[in-house]
Amino acid sequence: MSAPAKRVIIEPVTRVEGHGKVSIYMDEQNRVQQARLHIVEFRGFERFIQGRPYWEVPVLVQRLCGICPVSHHLCAAKAMDQIVGVDKLTPAAEKIRRLAHYGQTFQSHALHFFHLCSPDLLFGFDADPAIRNVIGVIREYPDLAKQGVLMRKYGQEVIKATVGKKIHGTGAIPGGVNKPLSVAERDVLLPDLEQMLEWAVATVKIAKDYTAEHLETLKDFATSPTNHVSIVRQDGAMDLYDGNLRAVSPEGERIFDGVKPMEYTDYFQEEVRDWSYMKFPFIKSLGREEGWYRVGPLSRVNVCDFIDTPAAEKERQEFMALTNGKPNNITMAYHWTRMIELLHAIEKIRELLHDPDLQSDDLVLQGERREEAVAIIEAPRGSLFHHYQVNEQDEVVMANLIVSTTHNNTAMNTAVQRVAEDHLDGQPELTEGMLNHVEVAIRAYDPCLSCATHALGQMPLVVSLFDHQGNLIARKSKA
Amino acid sequence: MSKDKITFTIDGCEVTAQPGQTVMQAADAANIRIPQLCYLEGLTPHGSCRVCIVKANGRLDTSCTLPAVEGMVVENNTEEINEYRRDLVDMLFVEGNHICPSCEKSGDCELQGVAYELGITAPKYPYQFPRRETDASHPDIFLDLNRCILCARCVQTSRDLDGKTVFEFVGRGPDKKLAIRPGARLADTELDITDQVVGSCPVGTILKKRVGFAVPVGERTYDKEPHPEQPVSE
Ligand code: SF4
Repeated sequence: MSAPAKRVIIEPVTRVEGHGKVSIYMDEQNRVQQARLHIVEFRGFERFIQGRPYWEVPVLVQRLCGICPVSHHLCAAKAMDQIVGVDKLTPAAEKIRRLAHYGQTFQSHALHFFHLCSPDLLFGFDADPAIRNVIGVIREYPDLAKQGVLMRKYGQEVIKATVGKKIHGTGAIPGGVNKPLSVAERDVLLPDLEQMLEWAVATVKIAKDYTAEHLETLKDFATSPTNHVSIVRQDGAMDLYDGNLRAVSPEGERIFDGVKPMEYTDYFQEEVRDWSYMKFPFIKSLGREEGWYRVGPLSRVNVCDFIDTPAAEKERQEFMALTNGKPNNITMAYHWTRMIELLHAIEKIRELLHDPDLQSDDLVLQGERREEAVAIIEAPRGSLFHHYQVNEQDEVVMANLIVSTTHNNTAMNTAVQRVAEDHLDGQPELTEGMLNHVEVAIRAYDPCLSCATHALGQMPLVVSLFDHQGNLIARKSKA
Repeated sequence: MSKDKITFTIDGCEVTAQPGQTVMQAADAANIRIPQLCYLEGLTPHGSCRVCIVKANGRLDTSCTLPAVEGMVVENNTEEINEYRRDLVDMLFVEGNHICPSCEKSGDCELQGVAYELGITAPKYPYQFPRRETDASHPDIFLDLNRCILCARCVQTSRDLDGKTVFEFVGRGPDKKLAIRPGARLADTELDITDQVVGSCPVGTILKKRVGFAVPVGERTYDKEPHPEQPVSE
């Protein structure tokens, strides 16, 4: 490959979890040649886990992510269920884990929507960044901001009641859970339930109305038709906690269906590229070029046949009607679908809180030890794969984790490329508008860029422009 | 003629001891708390962790080994002594690899407990990140030397109570470490899950396998009896 003529680097991307850096390569004709989103992913974890006893992993692995630790906790626990020979948990254990998972989904989606994406939706993403931020939302829409805080808090309380702590709990153990939900814990959660539901419905409306109103602009924004992947329940229902893999094409044709987690290596391959720490997975049968796909709320709603809670199902139908039942490929539709899931999560929480099984003491099962396990869960940001091998002495000897941001890696790079082409082709100039749009595109995916906890809020944004010899010719930054 | 009672003071309070009792035993009997870590009832005290130091007649000494003496003036709960204790506990943390949030002993750990008691929230000394071994060879017991604080409880319990000498110390100074017979793994020893040594470890070094996080947050030792300084689980 000849040396790129110009290189634009944006770092770090603001208002996404963790931090990232964007480089845009121009060719000699000042056209965008390639856009790269550099993601700092701490893969050291897979080594770190080696040699640790398997029962420690669900607690240990949560530290991969400060934003969705419960997803890692539950996914590892699901894998360790298999290691201890348990394919089906007791009803109480499965329901308590599900409750934790819906609590996690609810709080994570609420956090994303109110703190990170609502400024774009409420003020428009070309608005002055000085007001287009969470402080601006608090000032202009104080009730909405308060709702966001309370919804997130509610989700965290669900997590605390089920796994013991708001972050880094210990509730899920191999073969089950370590505590039921006490009546007292349940009764703390019940009074606010209907309010949460009402707010969730209202929040879906904000995302829906925004998308409908701006459909013309959003249609092509950072968008490419892609394959979509998620797990679904056996009957095709959306299931965030458990199921088999299904993949559909941009037009909705099945690429595969009913693929058991254990078979994932037959269907997916991970490519390493020299410029990124993060791998690029693709669907094997379609190959490197065509096989990339998306995961997360948009994909889940596209992939499932229905949602098994009434309010969210109604919203899903409305969403799918927009594209005549075919997958919707609009990148900004992630926000809408994320809110449909927020609603689904709170409906599920309601269902579970009224289920007497949660007070049962029948919590742990044990079977015959196995040496290998693969578990998949739908984390807030998308499918999460955990693959382990455990030796006879109970030590983990191999771990492979594919997090949702990795699944979406190519898609996010492509989204950035689209934005760059729209703004830079023929006029390689760094404008505020272009930076804003790159940021908005990445944020649609809600990526957790370093899979580590970072302070929320504004981080400085620096853009550098290099000539084809790698010399810095311009730099633009915003606070 | 030996007296049948000894009277002395701890922080100005009068305490009575039986002849032969240590300052720590007398304090325990009088319900006066002296922070302690390596001491375990039934074993010969040897003052290895030094957390129970007090000032007796102006001199620092470990209260678990110090015989109570008539008229002795003991200082215990003073800022000066607590600062020494904090330093000692701090060093135990940084000399090993203690990642409490993912440690199954968390909430039941005596090292963590004494740190709460002394108000330590984060170590002030730099972490040493030593390379330490684990031994998973035994079918029922997992050994994680990352968390060993060389308290010698297991060495003594195995020898004096179980009659087995499964554990020993090798090396000196910074190289001192807990070991089993040279060349042997835990599975090669006579160690049995019912041995008293299994319950003697104050930290997460000697662990019963497959127990892990069976006790939920809220029901662990220090959840039920939190120290005033202990952070609340969120
Ligand atoms: S042994 Fe105690 S101090 Fe060490 S990591 Fe475990 S809980 Fe923390």
